[in-house]
Amino acid sequence: MDQSEALGVLEQKYSRRTFIKGVIATGATVSSTGYLFRGTPLLGAAAFQTATERLLSLNVNGQVRRVDVLPHETLAMTLRYKLGLTGTKLGCDRAECGACTVLVDGVAQYGCSMLTHQVRGRAVTTIEGLEDPDTGELSTVQKAVMDEGGFQCAFCAPGFIMSMTAMLQDNPNPTREEAAHALSGNLCRCADYDKILNCAMRAAELARSV
Amino acid sequence: MAEKLVGTDIAPPDLHAKITGRARYAEDFRAPGMVFAKLLLSPMPHARVRRVDARRALAMPGVIDILRADEVPSRDGPREACLTDYPRYEGEPILAVAAVDEETAAAAIEAIEIDFEPLPFVIDPLDSLRPGGPNAYVEGNQFSGQDGWSEFRWTAEDFAVIDAGGMPDPSCPVEWTKGDPDAAFAESALVLEETIVHQSLTHHPMEPRSNMAYWEGDRLFAFVSTQSTQQTKFALASALDMDPENITFVAEFCGGGFGSKISGTTVMQVPAIFSKKIGRPVMLRVTRYEENYIGRARPGFQSWLKMGFLPNGKCNAIDLIIVQESGPYGASDYATAGMIADLTYTPQNMRFRAVDMFTNTPPKAAQRGPGGAQIISMMEPILEKAARELGVDRLEMHRLNAPRGDVKFGPRDSTLTSVHAIEALERGAEMFDWPAKVALSGRRDGSRVTGVGIGLSPYTAGSRDRDGLMIIRPDGKLYVHQGIGNLGTHSIADTARPAAELLGLSWDDVVIVWGDSSKGMPRSTVQAGSQTTHAHTRANHAAGMDALQKVREVAAATMGGAPSAYRVDGGRVSGPGGTMTLGRVAERAIQMGGRYDGHVLPEDIHEQTIPAAQMLAGQGLMGVARDNYGGEGNVYSWVAGFALVELDEETGVVALKEYVGITDCGTVIHPRSLGAQVLGGSIQGMGMAMTQRWVFDPKWGVPFANRLYTARPPGMLDVPPDLKWDAVGIADPTTPVGAKGIGEPPVGAGAAALTCAVADAMGGRCLCRTPLTPDIILAELEGRTGVGRLEQHVG
Ligand code: FES
Ligand code: FES
Repeated sequence: MDQSEALGVLEQKYSRRTFIKGVIATGATVSSTGYLFRGTPLLGAAAFQTATERLLSLNVNGQVRRVDVLPHETLAMTLRYKLGLTGTKLGCDRAECGACTVLVDGVAQYGCSMLTHQVRGRAVTTIEGLEDPDTGELSTVQKAVMDEGGFQCAFCAPGFIMSMTAMLQDNPNPTREEAAHALSGNLCRCADYDKILNCAMRAAELARSV
Repeated sequence: MAEKLVGTDIAPPDLHAKITGRARYAEDFRAPGMVFAKLLLSPMPHARVRRVDARRALAMPGVIDILRADEVPSRDGPREACLTDYPRYEGEPILAVAAVDEETAAAAIEAIEIDFEPLPFVIDPLDSLRPGGPNAYVEGNQFSGQDGWSEFRWTAEDFAVIDAGGMPDPSCPVEWTKGDPDAAFAESALVLEETIVHQSLTHHPMEPRSNMAYWEGDRLFAFVSTQSTQQTKFALASALDMDPENITFVAEFCGGGFGSKISGTTVMQVPAIFSKKIGRPVMLRVTRYEENYIGRARPGFQSWLKMGFLPNGKCNAIDLIIVQESGPYGASDYATAGMIADLTYTPQNMRFRAVDMFTNTPPKAAQRGPGGAQIISMMEPILEKAARELGVDRLEMHRLNAPRGDVKFGPRDSTLTSVHAIEALERGAEMFDWPAKVALSGRRDGSRVTGVGIGLSPYTAGSRDRDGLMIIRPDGKLYVHQGIGNLGTHSIADTARPAAELLGLSWDDVVIVWGDSSKGMPRSTVQAGSQTTHAHTRANHAAGMDALQKVREVAAATMGGAPSAYRVDGGRVSGPGGTMTLGRVAERAIQMGGRYDGHVLPEDIHEQTIPAAQMLAGQGLMGVARDNYGGEGNVYSWVAGFALVELDEETGVVALKEYVGITDCGTVIHPRSLGAQVLGGSIQGMGMAMTQRWVFDPKWGVPFANRLYTARPPGMLDVPPDLKWDAVGIADPTTPVGAKGIGEPPVGAGAAALTCAVADAMGGRCLCRTPLTPDIILAELEGRTGVGRLEQHVG
C-alpha cells in the first residue's frame, strides 16, 4: 500500500472528522439532536424537497442501488430508511456505540457518522450482505456466533459482527486481547463481552480451517 | 431416551434472525403512510407552560399536526403523563409534532414559541428535607393517596448533626425495627458508623425506546420496545383506557431494558394517541440524548449506617437510614435495600428508616437489582473494614454473616425457599484462589497498588401462579405460547425446555410463539425482579404435564389400555395398544374435542389466558394449566463476586485485572446464557460503581451527563478478557424444575467486589460512595473532604 492509499484508509477509519468536513462542504447543518432524516416516497409519505436530493448509485451488498440522497444524509439513514436494510442499528447516532458499524471497502465504519455521499463508488457491506446470496449460507463470523450462542438482546450484534468480519481480514490469528482491542469500538450494554470474545475467537478458528 | 434439554447449551431459536439483520426491533417496522413525531422536551427542571404558539410550526410545509398535554391521559398527584404542561425534570416531554419526515418535525419543534414560568426545583433530596427547603412540586414534597400533598422536613438539630458529619436520629415516614438494636450495639465489640452516597444513574439500554403505532378502526396496532409483552399490553390498554383485546401488540425483540422497560408504556402513548388523532401511522424515534431523560434511572441513596459486630466478626446490629432521590414520580428501592441488608448480614437486631423524596431529576424506575445493588455495593466494604479491624479473614467474615436455610429476615420474618450463598462463596474462593490473591493485597508496582475484594449479593428470583399454554399440532411439533417478553435473557425459549423434556421431544420439534399478541398468550409475569425463569419453568411444566396426560388419554382411547401404561418419547406415544406419532395424537385430539383440543378449559386458569386458549382451541392437543405447585418462602438467588484490581495512586485509575462470579440460582437451565447473565450483570454493576457518572448542575438543575460518552458503560477493554463464572447448581426444592432467576443479583456482586477491592487497595479505607471515578479516588487519597451529599456529585 503506498502512502496516499494508507492515508486514505486512515481517513476512512477516522470518519467522524471526514463526516463533519463533508457536512460543512455541503453547507448543511448537523442537528444537535442527531437522528434526523427526510422521509421517502417508499414509505408513502410525500417527502418535502426543501433541500436538494441527488440521485446516487450506491454499491451495497454487491448490488447497485439507485437512491435519492440529501447532502447531509448519513449512510445509516440511507440504509435503514431508503434501502430497507434495517439490520444496521442506531444506538446513539453519534459515534459512541458501534451499533451502526458497516464495512466500506472492507473497513469497519460507523454508518451513523459517515455521509452517504462519501461512499459513492465504494463497496458497502451491511449485516444483510454477509450470507451467501445464492445459498443463504452464513458467513464464517455468523457461523461462529451460532456455534457459541452469542449475544443477549443482540441490538449490538450486527455492529459487532461487522467489526469481527473486518478484524479477521486485518488479523486472522488474533489473541483474545487483540480481539478485544479490535472490537473495542463497539459497546454491548448487556456486557456480554466474554461470549462475544468467544465468538470472535471461534470465528478466527473457523476461518483458519477453511 | 428423551433428549436432555435442561442444563444444556442450545442457541435460542431467534439467534439466526438476530445475526442476519432479520430481527425486527420496534424501529424496524414500517407502515404505509407512516409519518414521524418529534418531542419538545422541557429545557428546565421544573416549570409551568404559560403559552404555546405553534402557528408558525403548523404552517410549515409537511407538518401535519401537534399533540398537546390536554389531549393525553393524566392523573392527579405525582403521576406521570406522556406529555405535560407542568414539566418536573429537564427533558420531560411537553408536546409532540408530526410531520411527513423527521427533519420537518424537528424544524417545526424549533419553530414553536413556548413560554415557561420557571419554578423552584430540588436536585438534592437533603435540600428538600431541610427546614424551609424547596419542594419538587408546587404543592409539597410528600404525597399520599389518602391525604394528598404535604411537606415533610427534618429538624434543624438533625441537620446540625449531619453537617457535622454525624449520623442523625430523624423521624422518617418508613420505619421498622426488629430485635433490640440499642442493646445489641452496647454488646458489640466493634461499631462502625458511615455515611453512604450512592449515585443515581440512567439505564441506557442499547436500543432507545422508539416505537410506532397505527389504528384500523377501533383496533390499535402497537410496535414497541418492552421487556414484558402480555403485561405491557394490559398496561398500555389501561393507560389508554381501552379494551386490551382491541390491541394488536407486537414486541418481537427488545434491545435491553434492565428495568427501564418493564412495561415502558409512558412513551408508547404518544404514537398511539397521535396516530388516532391524525389517522396515519406514527413512528416516534427516541434519540440517545432523549433516552437519557425519559429512559428512567436508578434512584440515588444518601444514607447513614451503623453496624455492630461481635468479637468473632458476626454482625449483631444494624441501624440504617436511607434518603432516596426519587425523581418526580417516585420509586421503592429503599424498601428492598432494607430487606436485603437484613438478609445478607443476618444481624437479628435492626432498625430501618427511610424517606423517599421527590426531586426534579429524570424519573426513576427499577434498575437491575433495584435497592439491592445500591446497598450491597456500599455495605460490603464496611463489612470488610470490620473484618480488618477485628483481625478476621474477609472470606470468613462473609461466610460467617451469610444466611443459612433457616434465615428469617425483614420486619415480618420472611423466609427463603433455599439459599446456598455459602457454597457460592466457597466455590468462588476456590476458583479465584482467595488465599493466594489476598496475599497480593497491598502489593506495589510503581504507583500501582493491588487490592482484592468480595461482594455477596442476593436478589428476588421468582414468583408463582402463572399459566402455561401450548399445543401439539398435527405436524407433530409442540408450539409453546409465551406471554413473556424477549428481553435478551433467552428465557423466552429456555423456560419452555421443561415441557419439551416431559413430552420427550427433541428441541427441533419445539416452536416458540412469542412477541405478537394476536398469536395468543397465557397469563404471564412482567419481566422484572428476575421472576421469569422460576415462574415460567413452573407454568410450562404444569402445562407440559397437562399435555402429557392428554396424550396418554388420547392414545389409550385410540389404541386401548390404560393411559398410565403409555410412554411418550421421540415424537411418539407407545403402550400396550401400539404406537402413534404425536402428530396423529393431535389429529385425534381435535376429533375428540372437549378438553383435549382446548374447547373445554380448566376452571382455575387465569381470565387473561382464556381469550388466547379459546382462539387456539381446535388446532391440536392443548396443554394448558395454572401453576398450582405452591410453595412457601421467598425465592432469592445469589452471586458471590471476587475481584482483583490495580489502583494507580498517581492517576486515580482503577484497572480490573481478575473477576470470578459464582451464582446460586438453583438448577441451571442454559449454562452459556447463565454465564452471560452472571458476567454481564457483574460488569453492569462495575459500570455503576466505577465508569458511569451522572452529574447535575446545582444552579440550573440540569444534568451534565446526557449521552453515552458522558456516562460511559464499561467497554470491552474495561474488563479482563478472561472473566470466570460458575454455578453452585443445587436445585431449589420447592419448584418442580429447581430453577430460580438470575438477572438481578450479579449487579450488586460486581459492584461490591469492586468497591471492596478498591477499599483494599487504599489500605482498607472505605469511600462509601459511587462512582469511584479517578477524581473522587484522588480527592480521597489527597485527604480532601467531599464524601456526603449527593450534591457533591456535582463537578
Ligand atoms: S449508532 Fe453509530 S456509533 Fe452508535
Ligand atoms: S447483547 Fe444487548 S447490547 Fe449487546
